[in-house]
Amino acid sequence: MAEESFLTDDFLRQLINVGEVDILVGLPTHNNSKTVGAIVQTIQSGILRGFPRERAVIINVDGGSRDGTPELVTGVSIDDMRPTSNRFALRTMHSISTKYGTSPASGVAFRTILAAAELLRAKACVMLSPDSGNIEPDWLSKLLSPIYRNEFDLVTPTYRRHKFEGILITNLLYPMTRALYGLRIREAYSPEFGFSPRLGCQFLEHYVWNDGTDGAGVELRFTTAAITGKYRVCQSYLGEKVPIERRAADLVGALRQTVGALFSGLETDFPIWSIVDGSKPVPTTGPDHEVLMDPLRVNRKRLHEMFATGVAELESIFQSILSPETLAELQRIAGLQEEEFNYSAELWVRTVYEFAASYKNSAINRDHIIQALAPLFRGRVLTVLRENRNASEEAIEQSIEDLCLEFERLKPYLLQQWKTRE
Amino acid sequence: MREMIVSELSQALQDIARSFAHFLPRLIVMLVLALVGWIIAYVVRALLRSILRLIKFDKLSDNAGASQLLNKAALPPATEVVSRFVFWVAWLGFILLGISVLGILGLQEQIARFFLFLPRLFVAMFVLFFGLLAASFFSRAVLLAAVNANMPSGRVLSVAVRSVIIIFVLSIVFEELGLAEQTMLLAFGIAFGALMLGLSIAFGMGGRDLARRFLEKRIRRGKTEENEENEDELSPL
Repeated sequence: MAEESFLTDDFLRQLINVGEVDILVGLPTHNNSKTVGAIVQTIQSGILRGFPRERAVIINVDGGSRDGTPELVTGVSIDDMRPTSNRFALRTMHSISTKYGTSPASGVAFRTILAAAELLRAKACVMLSPDSGNIEPDWLSKLLSPIYRNEFDLVTPTYRRHKFEGILITNLLYPMTRALYGLRIREAYSPEFGFSPRLGCQFLEHYVWNDGTDGAGVELRFTTAAITGKYRVCQSYLGEKVPIERRAADLVGALRQTVGALFSGLETDFPIWSIVDGSKPVPTTGPDHEVLMDPLRVNRKRLHEMFATGVAELESIFQSILSPETLAELQRIAGLQEEEFNYSAELWVRTVYEFAASYKNSAINRDHIIQALAPLFRGRVLTVLRENRNASEEAIEQSIEDLCLEFERLKPYLLQQWKTRE
Repeated sequence: MREMIVSELSQALQDIARSFAHFLPRLIVMLVLALVGWIIAYVVRALLRSILRLIKFDKLSDNAGASQLLNKAALPPATEVVSRFVFWVAWLGFILLGISVLGILGLQEQIARFFLFLPRLFVAMFVLFFGLLAASFFSRAVLLAAVNANMPSGRVLSVAVRSVIIIFVLSIVFEELGLAEQTMLLAFGIAFGALMLGLSIAFGMGGRDLARRFLEKRIRRGKTEENEENEDELSPL
């Protein structure tokens, strides 16, 4: 009961009332009243279909919603589904909710769910996001069965994505985690994943929760913890990933949550990743990727402008982060016209590796380092858009694979930079 | 007459010998204090240098922009400058203590004033260093935010923020040191006012086009909203 200190008395009482469970579904929320009711029903339906004989609980961890989200979660009854489903739960299905603060913090939410899973002695757990617009009942089985029935410890999803969506994942997170940690996990950072209690307990105990970041990017650190701890990892194909709201992407926020988390883990994981050579595939149910080829309007001119302005304006910052050769090359391509622009894979990998090495040991504030990467990432996005404008699905996948191999080939460069900057 | 001269001379010599006999122990005490002070200051310098290296003070100094100033002035790195400064202040303190033991009238008051001034000097240095650090941090934050928001003239904004903070810090430093307080207050008021006026004119004159474009964009938004949203909706994750 080491986690009592941060779980509220009311939440502990609710957990005691639930007793032990087999399946635990974690649902962090913040002002999701529009969608959360339907999502809870989908979860209940998924449990009825895949785990009718198991004891299950849905745990909603809310970051200070003001729209009645927690009440909606606990208010959804299994009876609401009877008109559309002829399935019946053979055990009681609980829905409980707790608030952890007045603003969302993914780390606190995840920690609460891990502590609850430990207290309830859950046999398999799954995290779902209310921001996913198309959660299907079979996602529960796909993410839980490998843990509940095949003794895997972590199930990460794979999705069908538009060819230009998720470029941060395909051009940085996937290739870099693959090159560093040696496992080909497509979605190392995902709001949906399944995990075993032993991995959850280990992470709950050893992760540094009070690092001042509110646990931003904790999902990615969970994945790398599973790899470095030699837990059994697999992937499961979930289908198309559709965010509920299509809105202007907060690139800096996304970089903080993902690249910031990845870079911050490199220092502690150095003894492990520094000796990894090459990469291995992980067991995967279904395809490990699928690409949607619909046309999509993107403002290339704006991307080019923001890259060129960024390189010019942030020169003094880049001088502290990048090697003179890399900076000179970036300044050269910043001067190219949009039609001739090419941020090559090699230069991109060198840039990312130099940022990673600088993150460990730089005079500049770490958050500023992550922010400085944003304009350069836009340059890489522009190159990806240009190269794949008319490319086939196979050609797009091949370009991602080539980039991954480039990350693996240049790994000694990262090690060299790492030692140089000590 | 001769006897008188000899007597006066011997009296004078005795007085000198007596004075010297009184003065010699004080001189020895002063020399001992100077020597002990040198040893203590040397040890303090070595300790301070190690501590500053341990906490990577040179990097902090880089971050604050202080290293650039030191380089331009052909001075050694920040760690070395601070440790040498502390060494000299400590040693000088002991030497002055020794001089005060000599009992020379007039110097006592000056020495007491020096010791009273020391805490203010350290506070001023502390404020200056962390002020430079804050100026560097906030100017970089503004620059990054402006670049990532695709705002024009990010560097101008950043330099303006840096200048305002440095002017503010310098005014505090001079006030703390008690140097020309009235003049500094006046200079700060004039400099700050001039900067704000300059910025207002610069934004007014230089930002006319920007303001026009902004207003046009707002007015046309209804027509182009759909297209603009499409262009921005590429999700990185």
